[in-house]
Amino acid sequence: MRIGLDVGSTTLKCVVSDDHDKLVFHSYERHFSQITQKTASLLRQVRDEFPEEKEFSMCISGSAGMGMAETCGIPFIQEVYATRIAVKRLIPYSDVVIELGGEDAKILFLTNGTEVRMNGSCAGGTGAFIDQMATLLNISLVDMNEIAKDYEKIYTIASRCGVFAKSDVQPLLNQGAKKSDISASIFAAVVNQTIAGLAQGRKIEGQVVYLGGPLTFLSELRSSFDYILDVKGICPENSLYYVAIGAAFSDLSERLNIENTIKSVESYKSTTGFSSTMTLFEDQDDYDEFFERHAKERVEYVEPENYRGQAYLGIDAGSTTVKAALINEDEEILLSSYLPNSGNPVPIIKGFLEDVYEKYPDIKIKSSAVTGYGEDIIQNAFKVDFGIVETIAHYTAAKKFKPDVDFIIDIGGQDIKCFKIRDGVIDNIFLNEACSSGCGSFLQTFAGILEYKIDDFAKLGLQSKRPVDLGSRCTVFMNSSVKQAQKDGANIEDISAGLSLSVVKNAIYKVIRAASADSLGENIVVQGGTFHNDVVLRAFEKEIGRSVIRPNISGIMGAYGAALYSKENHKAQSTLITDEELDHFVHEAKVVNCGLCNNNCKLTVNKFDNNRKFIGGNRCERPIATKTNKPKYNIFDYKLSLLQTYKPVKGKRGQIGIPLGLNMYEMLPFWHTFFTELGFEVITSPTSNRDLYLKGQHTIPSDTVCFPAKLIHGHIDYLLEKKVKTIFYPCLTYNIDEEKSDNHFNCPVVAYYPEVIKANVSGVGNIKFIYDYLGVHRAKDFTKKIHKLMEDNFGKIPFREVKSAVSNAFDEYDSYMKKVKDMGKNYIELAEANDMHIIVLAGRPYHIDPEVNHGIAKLITEFGVAVVTEDSVNHLVGKFPVNVLNQWTYHARLYSAARYINTKPNMDLIQLVSFGCGLDAVTTDEVQSILEAEGKIYTQIKIDEITNLGAVKIRIRSLLAAIDQRREEVVSYAQ
Amino acid sequence: MPNDIKIVEFTKEMKKDYTILVPDMLPIHFAMLMKVFHEYGYNMEVLKNDSPNVVNEGLKLVHNDTCYPALLVIGQFMDALKSGKYDLNKVALMITQTGGGCRASNYIHLLRKALKKAGMDHIPVISLNSSGLEKNSGFKYTLPMLIKSLAVVAYGDLLMLLNNQVKPYEVNKGESQTLVNLWVQKLSDELNHNKGFTFKAMKNNIKEITKSFANIKMTGEKKVKVGIVGEIYVKYSSLGNNELEDFLHEEDCEVMVPGLMGFLMYCVENGVIDSTLYGGKLVKSKINRAANDFLIKIEDTIIDAIKEHDVFTAPTGFRHLKTLGEKVIGLGSKMGEGWLLPAEIMELIQLGYENVICAQPFGCLPNHIIGKGLIRKIKGIHDDSNIVPIDYDPSATRVNQENRIKLMLSVAKEKLQTEKMLEEHMKFTDLIEKKQLKLAIEE
Repeated sequence: MRIGLDVGSTTLKCVVSDDHDKLVFHSYERHFSQITQKTASLLRQVRDEFPEEKEFSMCISGSAGMGMAETCGIPFIQEVYATRIAVKRLIPYSDVVIELGGEDAKILFLTNGTEVRMNGSCAGGTGAFIDQMATLLNISLVDMNEIAKDYEKIYTIASRCGVFAKSDVQPLLNQGAKKSDISASIFAAVVNQTIAGLAQGRKIEGQVVYLGGPLTFLSELRSSFDYILDVKGICPENSLYYVAIGAAFSDLSERLNIENTIKSVESYKSTTGFSSTMTLFEDQDDYDEFFERHAKERVEYVEPENYRGQAYLGIDAGSTTVKAALINEDEEILLSSYLPNSGNPVPIIKGFLEDVYEKYPDIKIKSSAVTGYGEDIIQNAFKVDFGIVETIAHYTAAKKFKPDVDFIIDIGGQDIKCFKIRDGVIDNIFLNEACSSGCGSFLQTFAGILEYKIDDFAKLGLQSKRPVDLGSRCTVFMNSSVKQAQKDGANIEDISAGLSLSVVKNAIYKVIRAASADSLGENIVVQGGTFHNDVVLRAFEKEIGRSVIRPNISGIMGAYGAALYSKENHKAQSTLITDEELDHFVHEAKVVNCGLCNNNCKLTVNKFDNNRKFIGGNRCERPIATKTNKPKYNIFDYKLSLLQTYKPVKGKRGQIGIPLGLNMYEMLPFWHTFFTELGFEVITSPTSNRDLYLKGQHTIPSDTVCFPAKLIHGHIDYLLEKKVKTIFYPCLTYNIDEEKSDNHFNCPVVAYYPEVIKANVSGVGNIKFIYDYLGVHRAKDFTKKIHKLMEDNFGKIPFREVKSAVSNAFDEYDSYMKKVKDMGKNYIELAEANDMHIIVLAGRPYHIDPEVNHGIAKLITEFGVAVVTEDSVNHLVGKFPVNVLNQWTYHARLYSAARYINTKPNMDLIQLVSFGCGLDAVTTDEVQSILEAEGKIYTQIKIDEITNLGAVKIRIRSLLAAIDQRREEVVSYAQ
Repeated sequence: MPNDIKIVEFTKEMKKDYTILVPDMLPIHFAMLMKVFHEYGYNMEVLKNDSPNVVNEGLKLVHNDTCYPALLVIGQFMDALKSGKYDLNKVALMITQTGGGCRASNYIHLLRKALKKAGMDHIPVISLNSSGLEKNSGFKYTLPMLIKSLAVVAYGDLLMLLNNQVKPYEVNKGESQTLVNLWVQKLSDELNHNKGFTFKAMKNNIKEITKSFANIKMTGEKKVKVGIVGEIYVKYSSLGNNELEDFLHEEDCEVMVPGLMGFLMYCVENGVIDSTLYGGKLVKSKINRAANDFLIKIEDTIIDAIKEHDVFTAPTGFRHLKTLGEKVIGLGSKMGEGWLLPAEIMELIQLGYENVICAQPFGCLPNHIIGKGLIRKIKGIHDDSNIVPIDYDPSATRVNQENRIKLMLSVAKEKLQTEKMLEEHMKFTDLIEKKQLKLAIEE
């Protein structure tokens, strides 16, 4: 008889077959990381089931079984390989196998050249990802699958990484999008991720087989694959056991005595220890001192029954939790609430208010304020007096505990927020980025995986003698680190403490990026739900080597701050929804397509009481009433409109296609003029949109390259569809030398992306694809070179024609750049005349693509601020030394722009950074240090395929609030 | 807060009693190199610290989105400086600087930023570069030093190659490594006595080295052959690639790692290519050409020596490498490992190492193009190739990396098995044919 074991990342699967190769036993269970115990007990079960058999032919597969197999002398087979064996045996006519597991995703192409592929090191779209999403939606997987059947709309969600997708899903929930639509969208996201990440240009066709847990249990995930791939896949019987079956029938399997094997599995211990870098407490005194000290920082709770009089309400509608606090005149807490928002904060606040009105008729709410992600919807729904930005709410609350607070760190469910305060003004803001979030929900997810309640799990951590060192990056892969640590003998206490520690390290080194405790501040207030966890608090103190203040209400500081704010700023009459109005409160949500522009955003229209309306999901101000009546100065729009004037002109030499992406956003005037002069009709791809991106995504070979580069695939696809015979997309190692830097390179991706297109988009093989290496930095040599290139491709063209075209092209390029700079000057003057603040939204030329910047420039102008770009001000300063090697043309502009605004009190800078841009790891630090040298606030916005505009809004508002505050300081100082 | 990071010069005074720390990358090469530098009065030490704290220091002091090699190299420096082992007023750091279009040319600046963050910005950092980016009065890279360094690279590459080809098959375990150590000692001694670096002496040594390895008794069995290419640091450094070579040996593979000479010649050649593509810089181009002609002469000597012994596989040489590169990418692609990386993959496949690991730092910019970006194209040319890109960074776990490598190896092992069976079959039919022939003759 044969035994096949599959030890996956979360589950343990086993099959036994009899001598006629018939399956006589199978089992599937979660192993909760107790791999050896579960394996041993499973083998005992098999032994008892078949008492006659002493020897079995055995083989282990699955990533988590690797170490155990080796030590226990059981043959090991790689799981993808095992799958192949099973499929060849059971479904010999299949062409492609798609198998999703807990942390892995795999595709096997079986016909026309066998290929096996696995997800890389940064890839979501797996079982763990779907689990996380279900937790976020607060429904079970079964329900998720059920409701997905009734979907109406598909939203775009990034499934690259669970953390990242959360920031897409949360705003949808907050806007009131339906869970059925979101569930279906999550499945679609998984499908897209699988295609983009694994198929990499190879078409999935023929008989498709679905295997693994998620695809077995979720029928809607299968339909989503069927629909998007346009195939009819099958999910065979025993689809969970294919790896185990493959292991059982593998040639590698060996006959082993089952008793001996059980013994060796039981006695299996990993030989390597786990590393630990810190102890939480030296001794009992240390432990006691810690708790005594923190017990002192408190706001009192008073009984609401006995209170008569004015009260102030603060609401913090956060991304995962909704917090509310009602305070009295003495700023003590009468009532508070801390609840998961379960995807919709409205009913929670409704319940809270009903409670107050019903139970405590003697309490009169005098004023109210709301903050957080759900600010807009809550303010609209309940007519809350004030909507304030989170930074202000938190600072207001922290001041109550420590008037001279100079650093606040808030770790919540989804975000980490930190503010530095200098002279009473918020001076610097840090928020976590897409790929570095390890926040509260992360701990919660883990507690769940290990089957603990979060509070119990946290308490266990306090007992840890040696917290595991787990590093600090991606939550998806933290799973494997935890598994490794368990294998290496870490107990649950050490793991709990280790996870808390990694949250702290993530905050300090990834989000704040502090080198030492001193750089944080002296008077630190920590807050947010996650700091309720004493291990997190202790680890934080130990890591920075300094005591901090954690208020007893650390979880509701935002709400408390909002309450304090509403008290300080109360009006004569509160607008808050009254008792009677609340009785008739109705909330309806509807999804519509906007259709006002070609963005065609999916809008969620919320209606309250049939008259008040709140719209979410919009990327610009068109569907809603605009907030400011100040004029809109936006160079992003101007640049885009300039580029759109380069229209095709029919010519004698035929058509030439140019993809509008990456550096073409700046070089278009040059190439368009050059080719038009020579009599070519230049066909340009349009600005990007979602559909265009999706069309090209299956040919992207590297899923971690920046989004602007990924878009190029769609543009090429567009041109191919337009049936152009020639596409021109040259490699440019060097950019034009603007003499502001030591060299004038393009970044490797911009410089050589045409090579990727040539190698991965098969369509360009059927046309003329010109992607030669050209040197626009040496005009004279360039003319000769391009002349030869043109003749090689198009036959005889007189040199003087080419020479004149080149000369005109350079002139046009100069003229385009000058127009941008002139308009920059113009907008700056106009803004000054209108007393408007100016933001330099600094990035790269290709950031003007609306699909890349997600309308951030427009968003900023809505706050009555003028927007200019780095390339419209960089010429205003001379060359100056920087602390890094300054050798890229685009990047040098950032330094110049930062230097320039340092001399302008009415200007600030926000840096746009594409996710995955390696060079910006260098530039962001340097731009920040240039700005901070003159006391300016540095703000960075990371953008990717999807961007959470809610978070961007908070960031912009925080910056503007800080600027305002600072201005007032200056004014009052002057007076 | 003033925005300035001062560059501390390494002065002649400092040369006398400072220890210069160097990050580890290629143990054989660096061991010899240190001895050469020592002879010229530089007290150098290759760092061997590899505790988890190396990564922690890197995470603390370097922007976390920066590539992994920067994080490791700087982390290794900072961990060493904080270990208490060195007098912080008598220590300097040395790091290479290429000046190319990859962000790697910024390592030295990131290192200075890290030193400043840690309050150690008085420590001088020496830039080792060929493009004149930074100069130090106390550190002069003289012509004799340069020539001896080149000899070290040649010897190092040869020793590495032979060791890799012998070690998996040696009958007496450890024999090959002992021989490597012996040669490292002997060659360093020679160089320190101003011997062993003339062309003639090198030719002689190269022959002797090759012969000595050929004398090691080998089993002659067949093993899976794996080639490693990648970003230069992660490709070579065991700290960077989680002891990749050791892992592959444990998996019973033979490993081929293309040498450092190729990278040097690639860097030099790019000067020539640049002027062909974009014009100008003729003088520099001529110098570059001459330099590579010289290096190719040494390379040819090595190749000839290896070819004398059938048991070894010799590299195909730089000129050939360039033509291989040209088949899949424009030679103008020169950032990071540029066209060299795909060229090396092509060469490995040609040499029978069709299982290739492309080791790259997570998010490495050039690798989007020359690594992952070209695999499809290479597979189009060699459909039997078995290439797997592996990302390295502080959070990538070894289990995940090894699982992906094991998948690649499963494919390789299966193929090897088929080949072996085929061979057996051939032998068998051969035998039958011979027998039939014999019968026929007898009749």
